[in-house]
Amino acid sequence: MVTNQASIKRDGVQDYVTLRTTAAIITAFSFFMVWFFITTDELSYEIWRGLFTGLGMKVFTFATLVAVMFHVRVGLWQVLTDYVKAPGLRAVIQFVLNLIAFVYVLVGLFVLWSI
Amino acid sequence: MKKQRPVNLDLKTIKFPPSAVSSILHRVTGVAMFFALLFVIWAWAVSVSSPDGFANVQTIMDGVIGKLIAIGTASALTYHILGGIRHVIMDMGHWEELESGNNSARAIIALWVVLTVVLGVALW
Repeated sequence: MVTNQASIKRDGVQDYVTLRTTAAIITAFSFFMVWFFITTDELSYEIWRGLFTGLGMKVFTFATLVAVMFHVRVGLWQVLTDYVKAPGLRAVIQFVLNLIAFVYVLVGLFVLWSI
Repeated sequence: MKKQRPVNLDLKTIKFPPSAVSSILHRVTGVAMFFALLFVIWAWAVSVSSPDGFANVQTIMDGVIGKLIAIGTASALTYHILGGIRHVIMDMGHWEELESGNNSARAIIALWVVLTVVLGVALW
């Protein structure tokens, strides 16, 4: 148990819970955006920007981006382990893809910050 | 010693079962959306930054390429959510048999095609 806690290695249960919980957040955000687009007749710059001015929407958007980062961390790893067998190459691809996911979060953070 | 076993590599007789197609689609739409986010987040960042940026993104979204990306991304998201819901239902112990698993796969693929058509008409 001690070695288990000390290592940063994930396990299947953790991955499973991560996928389901982050999926719930992303799905909720997707449904919210669909509802927003359907109920907004004429989308203007003011309405669009105004949507992201409230603290609630900032948190919701940022939480979704973080959820995407954790979701693809597991999902892309699942796909990569099946199709890219060379460990070195897979490590490089995974690093780049996870970096892109992290950049998505950072871009989201700074954009939300500026609104 | 190598055993002589019958090998079937006739592609016309090999077929993925619906559940396999569903699994592949879940992966393809997931990976596709990851890269589509590049466009989505860029478009979002530009469109909320200034009225000019908003107008620029609006012009792109009115073009053929913008519309195709939008419909493609929304369609991928639709399938991925449908596949995810199917997964959650399977978590609860349903649709785990060969027949029910294949039928539920067929059902979400059919539903996805219908929703994509609706999406395509709405966004075009």
